[in-house]
Amino acid sequence: MENQARIKELAETEGTENLVVILGASEPESAELAAETVTAGDPTYAGPLSGVQLGLPVYHIMEPEIKEQIDETVWEEQMAMMEMVLEAEALTEAVKKMRDAYSKL
Amino acid sequence: MEPVIRGVSYVLVHAPNLLVHYGTTQRLERHKDPDSPYLKDIYRNLRAYDTALAYPPYQTYIGNLTPAELEQVAQPWYEGNKVEPRRFGPYGEILPEDEFYAWMQRVDVFDLVWLEKGFLAEIKDRLGSHPLWTEEDTNILGAGKDREAIVKRLEDGSAVPLTLGDRLVGCVRRAHELDENLKAEVMAENTACKASAVLALRTLLKTNGVDAGEIEYIIECSEEACGDMNQRGGGNFAKAIGEHCGCSQATGSDTRGFCAGPAHALVEAAALVKAGIFKNVVVVGGGAVAKLGMNGREQVAKGMPILEDVLGGFAVLISQNDGRNPIIRTDSIGRHKIGSGSSPQAVMQALVAEPLDRLGLRITDVDKYAVEMQIPEFTEPAGAGNVPAANYRMIAALAVMRKEIERKDIPGFVQRHGLPGFAPTQGHIPSGVPVIGYARDRILAGEMQRAMIIGKGSLFLARMTNLFDGISFLIEANPGLREEEAQVDRETIRRLIAESMRKLAEALLREQEQGGE
Repeated sequence: MENQARIKELAETEGTENLVVILGASEPESAELAAETVTAGDPTYAGPLSGVQLGLPVYHIMEPEIKEQIDETVWEEQMAMMEMVLEAEALTEAVKKMRDAYSKL
Repeated sequence: MEPVIRGVSYVLVHAPNLLVHYGTTQRLERHKDPDSPYLKDIYRNLRAYDTALAYPPYQTYIGNLTPAELEQVAQPWYEGNKVEPRRFGPYGEILPEDEFYAWMQRVDVFDLVWLEKGFLAEIKDRLGSHPLWTEEDTNILGAGKDREAIVKRLEDGSAVPLTLGDRLVGCVRRAHELDENLKAEVMAENTACKASAVLALRTLLKTNGVDAGEIEYIIECSEEACGDMNQRGGGNFAKAIGEHCGCSQATGSDTRGFCAGPAHALVEAAALVKAGIFKNVVVVGGGAVAKLGMNGREQVAKGMPILEDVLGGFAVLISQNDGRNPIIRTDSIGRHKIGSGSSPQAVMQALVAEPLDRLGLRITDVDKYAVEMQIPEFTEPAGAGNVPAANYRMIAALAVMRKEIERKDIPGFVQRHGLPGFAPTQGHIPSGVPVIGYARDRILAGEMQRAMIIGKGSLFLARMTNLFDGISFLIEANPGLREEEAQVDRETIRRLIAESMRKLAEALLREQEQGGE
């Protein structure tokens, strides 16, 4: 809920065109929920983004577009282990679905 | 000499009514929408005591099933009665809620827990036949209160209810009119934590044949805070628990570290024993009322019953080396340092790889890893996945990076070195400690050489730091006392020679002085 409030505030102060959301969720279901929240609004109607369609560009950190922008040494130190643990394809699919449907930028 | 794990106990308290009144999910829901469908149907979605008894993970927690046997039980575990519903197991029991209310009153020393006369009369016989309940306990309970007196306190807002379904059986009163930290809800929470810890400690002493007078120090490691408005977490649960277990020779203190609290407490206990400060140290933790029904809404939304319906408790006795029980290797402590970094990879590196490197061991040299052992059915509906399985995959991936196993062997590694989750989502309860009983038994039976206990904690929840936390240690088969005894003998001989030389020197000096006169 607090994250939702912070993202909403950032969108207001910085402008949605200057923001990209990068998710680290480990489960496709929760990644999809988070992606939906920052694009179409909070589907659970529990937080500050209920009914607020920010339409932000949203990616999972395991998506190729993001990985290729990260220094290889940093990736090896911080992400290589989780790359073997997480289901990158399922996570990408879950987030991409929401990005394609609701992201305005 | 390395300290040993001399005994363990694990207890659960079936607490569906405490769940309804004091679980935070339910309290927040009541605050937001008292007429919500979730609350309206809540009693229909709770499990009866007998159903909870037949829940395979609970039977595993108290030791009637091994984790390996649990793995063979078809999932979903909550459907149907798949195992024999037994109240008592080798590690402890699953206490029913009505008896627990009596335990809460029994351990309350400020006349705050009131039970209704008729209810007390009904359960006194049952309490009397409990192996840990004494005649003195019954006497302390007294005759109970009139229903009118309880209703009056509830109506004037100075107490909160204790119920069994729609039957009012008692209340917990506030300890101060204005102090937020002594209000009735907090007293209910803390008294429940204390009572479940008393049950765990009494169980530990009884089932392991330990004289309470032997205990010199108690470390309590739950996630509750007891104190008043001037010291919110002043403590001290530890002594308050020991007082009701006959530990008259003990003092103690509380250690906190979110879910990692018990692992920190065990390291501290091991250090106190190894240093020779105390011979017998107990680590104990009671249950967290706030976490009852934590993922209840999500579970009900998926057509499941509300599964988080028990308080958890445990106790571990750390003692001087007896040459028999498994040792805690005090040279194996892994710690997540302030400078370690908070990515999962950095955490696992600090907790698993670094200590093993120090000892010249490989990840595959550890028979079993005890990670965050949450029951998967509890967390999956809320989108948190299978927590223990994710942890085991992380350790396996670390082994791949260290070229100990091939990437294709990850599932095999998880199978060989992992265990299914069987602990309720009670914060500090699942993280590492539930496996100690199983590992101790396997090591004593000669079927296991070593296990790594890993405690991990999410410190950001207190909003004091964004750091993650964790601490780990190895428990191993006891190599026996012979070598250490020999070392002691050599030391004794050295000391005797030194003393003789000193005496000889003194005598010579005296002779010289006498000669000089």
